[in-house]
Parts: sequence; structure tokens; C-alpha cells
Amino acid sequence: MSLMPLGYVLVTTAQLGVGEAAAFLWRPRVGELLWNTVRLLVAGVTCCLLIGLAGAWVVERTDLRGRGWWHALMCAPLAVPAFVNGYGWVSTTHAVQSFSGAVMVTTLSYFPFVYLPTVAAMRRLDPAVEEVATSLGHGPWRVFWWVTLPAISPAVLGGALLVGLHLLAEYGALQLLNYPTLTTAILQQYATVFNGPAATLLALVLVLFCLLLLLVEHVLRGRRPLARVGSGTSRAAVRMPLGRHRHTVALGLGLLAVWSLAVPLVSLVRWLVKGTSAGIDVAELSGAIGTTLGLGAAGGLLATVTAVPVVWLAVRHRSALSTFVERSVYTASAMPGIVIGLALVTISIRVVPSLYQTVVVLLVGYTVLFLPRAVVSLRGTVELIPASLDDVARSLGCRGSEVMRRVTLPLALPGLAAATALVALAVSTELTATLLLAPTGTDTLATKFWSEASSVAYGAAAPYALALVILSVPATWLLGRLSTPGDRIEGAR
Amino acid sequence: MTAALEVRGLTVGYPGRPVLRGIDLTVAGGVTAVVGPSGCGKTTLLRTIAGFHAPDSGTISIAGRDVAGPGRAIPARSRGLGFVPQEGALFPHLSVAANVAFGLPRGERRSLERARELLAMVDLPVELLDRYPRDLSGGQQQRVALARALAPRPALVLLDEPFSSLDAGLREGTGRAVVAALRSAGASALIVTHDQGEALSLADQVAVMIEGRFLQVSSPAQVYLAPADPRVASFIGHATLLPGVATTRAAATCALGALPLSKAVAPGPVQIAVRAEQVQVHRAGGLGVEGVVEDVSFYGHDAAATVRLHGGERIAARIPATGVPEAGVRVRVEVLGEVVAFSTAPTRTAETELPAGAGSKVWEATP
Repeated sequence: MSLMPLGYVLVTTAQLGVGEAAAFLWRPRVGELLWNTVRLLVAGVTCCLLIGLAGAWVVERTDLRGRGWWHALMCAPLAVPAFVNGYGWVSTTHAVQSFSGAVMVTTLSYFPFVYLPTVAAMRRLDPAVEEVATSLGHGPWRVFWWVTLPAISPAVLGGALLVGLHLLAEYGALQLLNYPTLTTAILQQYATVFNGPAATLLALVLVLFCLLLLLVEHVLRGRRPLARVGSGTSRAAVRMPLGRHRHTVALGLGLLAVWSLAVPLVSLVRWLVKGTSAGIDVAELSGAIGTTLGLGAAGGLLATVTAVPVVWLAVRHRSALSTFVERSVYTASAMPGIVIGLALVTISIRVVPSLYQTVVVLLVGYTVLFLPRAVVSLRGTVELIPASLDDVARSLGCRGSEVMRRVTLPLALPGLAAATALVALAVSTELTATLLLAPTGTDTLATKFWSEASSVAYGAAAPYALALVILSVPATWLLGRLSTPGDRIEGAR
Repeated sequence: MTAALEVRGLTVGYPGRPVLRGIDLTVAGGVTAVVGPSGCGKTTLLRTIAGFHAPDSGTISIAGRDVAGPGRAIPARSRGLGFVPQEGALFPHLSVAANVAFGLPRGERRSLERARELLAMVDLPVELLDRYPRDLSGGQQQRVALARALAPRPALVLLDEPFSSLDAGLREGTGRAVVAALRSAGASALIVTHDQGEALSLADQVAVMIEGRFLQVSSPAQVYLAPADPRVASFIGHATLLPGVATTRAAATCALGALPLSKAVAPGPVQIAVRAEQVQVHRAGGLGVEGVVEDVSFYGHDAAATVRLHGGERIAARIPATGVPEAGVRVRVEVLGEVVAFSTAPTRTAETELPAGAGSKVWEATP
């Protein structure tokens, strides 16, 4: 099912014929979209890398005071969905409706994707390696460049890949910023001519971009062995004294926090005050909250239940088939919500028309979209369960299903809960696929917000935006906690 | 009485890599230790008996019941044996009581009676019943793991390197307690270990495995004093192997001079095994062959030294702590007691009773 979107794009394009496709794609408008997408991608990923790396290094490797608070502030932008952030900025100043504005707003929304894995990797890194490099006569910059950076490169690359994929898939923020990319063009096409070949062809280009990003990351990552050699506990790293630069660094981080959090939040509150003077439609708001929570819970449970067999196969029964299943799940993580939405609309109309415009298709869409998150979150827990526990349980007379019920599932419970929560919260703030797949009359916070904000009813949109931010806080907190190991779940030994 | 375990002609392999090449083993009762260097296949043997791995050929029967053989494969859950993996593998989400009761039928799980009985058997206080595995020390975890394996009253318990993760100080006490518990439960046991001392001190029967074959299966004293193969001598007894010639059936000469043999051997070329504690080191001017001390490891209660003879042979010696020479000193070495010789003549002789091919290989002296 995870390969469905990819298959859909390829099959539809093949049906169109190469000549027609080429004729459509070879137009100045498409060229402009490509140029916009590529330069946003390059500039956005670069800015996120710089801010994320620098932030992680300052928080993790210097003697900056109040590091716990700074860490929280660096994670906090994740709690503001990008389209809410875009709304905050646009409703403050129209100056952000430009290329540099688009880069700035998306960077402020997405740099935590680089920051979080980098902080986690730096913390796991054995400082002894850096100490050895220093004792061999290398200065701090050379140590960072030649020892630290290569060691944390998988985490940094993974973060950059995530930023890239999000930039390609972003619709809401870029539409508000009036910056057309492939994704915004696809949705416009879809809105005007429903499901013409144009949308599908653009989706194909988008998918190719995503796969290209995956490939680039794979090649850059290479096959270097990066694991720690030897055993023993690694100590905490010696932190670099900032000295007289301390205030400058703190000021820089503070500005970043103001820019990424204070501006959108203040603007949100301002519109909230303005909007509520006209009165909030409490019934509509609570209706949207109810729908959102219901969809979130259902989507979270469905994705987690689907993830269990995938993870089980991948961890306990490695084979060509299980690897294929796992990889195809990850491929879906590179598919933008819009492509998944388009694919499901078309397939449900053609194959099971009775399901079109029902919650079922919407939930299937969420599952395809967020299954990778559930798999990643669950896999971390299941991998920690030693296989010898299965052996013991079997030698004590348990059959497979009993081993699952009495040993594996109880031990995986924290992972199951985290997976459900993460997917539920992702579902609550999802916009693009929901716009395409939600049955008419089903309004979530995100779609309600969108219909108000896109018609420049900033005041009316504010309560929904605030609800979205509040909903995102727990997931953000969870992610921030997970990235800083230290109180991991302890096994028997 | 039927044997607790009977293994016949067992071969096991992974694609393109044979691991066990024809294993025969009978465990009539008591404790049998399978000992061998890491990677020799001993854990694979254990996992095959437990049913986690399918054999290529051969038969296994447990307490008289065939569990693996041609066209027959009883799954692990129905073999009715206890299994204690490395590091115990207690279920971290269950209390000690629930861990011990895990394998009992549903109705008996609730009552704490059997769990109490088993904790007493493995010499642990009853107060531990409510604790969780993370609150226990390594030795306690290991004992709880044994109690869990013994709970369903199996005829045979398999233990895979059960003490290797414990501190040296805990290892001996835990080992003795485990064996005592096995005996009082009336269960036979198969313990896999790479530690010779552990095997010799805990087991009634020792099976020495090297490269997927048993070279010798007999009592600890037999394995140590009368090794059936030079490899057994060098692995179990840390013996130095020296080439020599048997002049008569009861004596041989080698770089250490003429030595009496403990077991008759056909005259001709032989391989002589000299155990470290048989080698006496005297300051220059005593009896024995001249040599130079190459290095010394001081342990406190005694010391291990390597003495290099003029011919280049290196001899391992155990020296009492009071008379440890320094490296570089000239000494004389003398061998006390009888030594074991293995014929290296190309034709196989009746006296040596070596497995085919084993005797023809020339073994270098171990440092």
C-alpha cells in the first residue's frame, strides 16, 4: 500500500504517453516552478544546516548557561506548524512574500529537524575520540571538521533530508507567502480542473525530486563504519568555555528564538484579540477540535497497528521480503502528502467508488503518510528487546502468539504509545492530504484554519491556529526528550 | 534408567559452513560441561538441542523421547527442557515471582508456593519475589533464571555460558549454587562454557569440543590427566607441546630430556604434552635443561613464566610466588612426574586411540 502513490504517478504518466507529457512539461511556467523549487530547496536546506549545526554545537559543547532552556527553545518551533508560522509572518508584514521571505519562514520552521538529530548524535559521541585528536595536536576547528563532523554526519544528513522533503511537500506556508512551487501548483491545478493530467505530471516531477534527494543522501552517507569501537561507558564531553563571547552567543540564540517563536505567536495573539472582539464561533471551534482529535486517535491507532507486523518482520525475521516491505514504507515517507492525496482520490474513484469521500480513504491516506514515523518510533523499542527473551519464552512452552502477548507487546508498550501519540499529533496538524481527502463537511482545525487564513480572514483563523499550536506542544516535548538520551528505558541488564 | 539426553551423529551447518560435524553425546545424569574455544560450535549444539535450530542430520532424544531426527522435529516449546541463556534474560517487565512462574500452567501461576520453593532451592531470600530484574545483582539474576527454568520440572536444563557475564568473585559462588540447585531438583544439566576451570570444577562429565567435534568426553580428572588428543592437552591443561621420540613404550626424549610416560605409546616420533605445573624452574646450577626466562606474569599466589630453551622451544611453567625469577635470567628446567605422549607416526596405532587424522598434525608449542 505504501508503494501505491509511486505506482499511481508512474502508471498515470505512462497512460498519458511520452509525447504529450513532454509537451506539457516543456513550458516556461513549469521551468519557473522548477527554478523556484530548486532554489528554495538549496537555500532552505543550507540555512537549516547552518542554524541547526551551530545551535547543536553551542547547546551541547559549550559552557553556555541554561542549556536545558535553550534546548527547549531550539525544539519549540516544531510546535508551530509551518503554515501557522507563515500566517504569523504574512499577517505581520507582506515583505515576506518573496524568495528570501520564503527561505526565512521555512528555515525558522524546519531547522529543528537538523538540530534535534545532531544534538542527539553529539551526545552519543564518545568524547575520547575528540580528546585523542586534540592530544595529537589538532585545534578545535580541525577537530570539529575532521573528527566530530564525520562522526555525526549520518544524523546531520538525515536531518537535512527531512528538511528537503518537507520543503518539497510544503503547501500551506508557501501558498500564504505567495511563493509558487511544484506543490502549490499541483493543488491549484487540482482545484481548477479537478484531476487533470497536469497535476499528475507535476506530481511525477515532484516524486522524482524526492527520490533524487533520497539518492543524494544515500550516496553522501556512503558505507563508512561509524559505530563506536570497543566497549565501556563514554563520559560527558568537556565543554568549551565561551569566555567573553558568552553574551554574543546567548544574544544570537535569543534572537533566533524571538524570530522563530515570538513573531508568529505575538501576531497570533494580536489577531486572536482582534478576532474575538467580533466573537468566536464556539460551536464550530469545538466541532473542529472534536473531529481533529477523533481523526488523530483513529489515524494514530491505525498506523501503529499497521507498523507492528512491519517492525516485527524487520527486527526478528530479516529476509529479502521484510527488507523490501520496510524500504517501501520508508519510500512513502518521501512522498509528499499531496501525491498521496491525489493517488488515493484517483484510486478510490476508479476502484472502490463507494469509499470515495469517506473517512476510510482519509484514514488510509494518513496511514500511508505517517506509517514511517510509527515504524521508526516502534522499531527503536523493539530492537531493545533481546531475542533471547523469545527463546526463553518458547523453551517454557509458549507458542508464537503467546510470546507476542506475554513478552513482546508488554515490553514494546512505551514504543506503541509513543508511535500512536506521534502519528495522532501529526494527523491533527496535517493540511495538504486532508484538504484533498476529507469528506465534504468534515472540518479539522487545519482545514478550518486554512479556509479562513487563505481568504485573508486572519482574525477568524487565529483561534484555530492557537488550538493547532497547543495540540503540537506534547509531540514537540516528546521529541525533545527523546533526542537527549540519559534516562533510557533500562533492560534487565 | 533412560539417559536425560542422547545425541547421535548430529550435524548442523549454516549454508556453506558446517558447524557441528557428527556429534555423539550421552548425558546419563548429573552435570555435563561442553567446553571449547569460542567459535567451536558449542552454543550451536545447545541451541539445536533446545530446538531453536534445525539439525541437518542425526537424532536427539530427551529423557527417552525423540525430539529431532529424520522426519521428526518437536518445536522448542514442547521439548520440556529448561533453558538459561547468557546473562539470564529475565523478562524485565515481570517481577521475580512472575518470571519464575512464567512456564507454569495458567492455574498455578497465581500461587506463590512453587516460586517460593524454587527461590529457596537456588538459595535466594523470599523477599526478592516482589522485586524486578533491574533491582537484582548479576548473580541473583542468574539464579532467578535457573529457578525459572526449573519451575516446570524439566528432566534436562541447558545453560549457555551462564557465568561469563559475572565478576570473577561472583562466578565461583554462583556456579556452585547453580549446580547444587540442579542436583536438589534432580535435573540433569548441559553447561556450555569456554572456561576450563569452570568446566572441571562444576561438571561430572566434560566434553571437549574443537572445530565442531568432540575430541574427548570423560570425567574432569581423565580429561586433565589423560588427554586423548594434543589439542585437549593444550586447551584444558595449558600444556606445552613438544616434538620428541618414544625410545621405549614407557619413555620418550625431547628438548627437556628423557621423560617417563603415563600411558604406553608405540616407539617412534611423538608429541609430548608437558603441563605448566609439572615444570620446575631452578636457578642456574641445579638439575635439568638450561634455558633463559623470557617473560614472567606475576599473579600473587603464583606466577607463570615462559622459559626459552637453547633449541628455541618455549616452555610454560608455573612457579610458586616465593621464587619468581626475573626475565632474562638463566635457569634450569626440570619436569616432575610422568607426561602424556601422542604418537605422530603416519600409521594409526591402537595405543593412541586418536580420531582419524588428528595425530598426524604437528602442533607447535604454546607459549
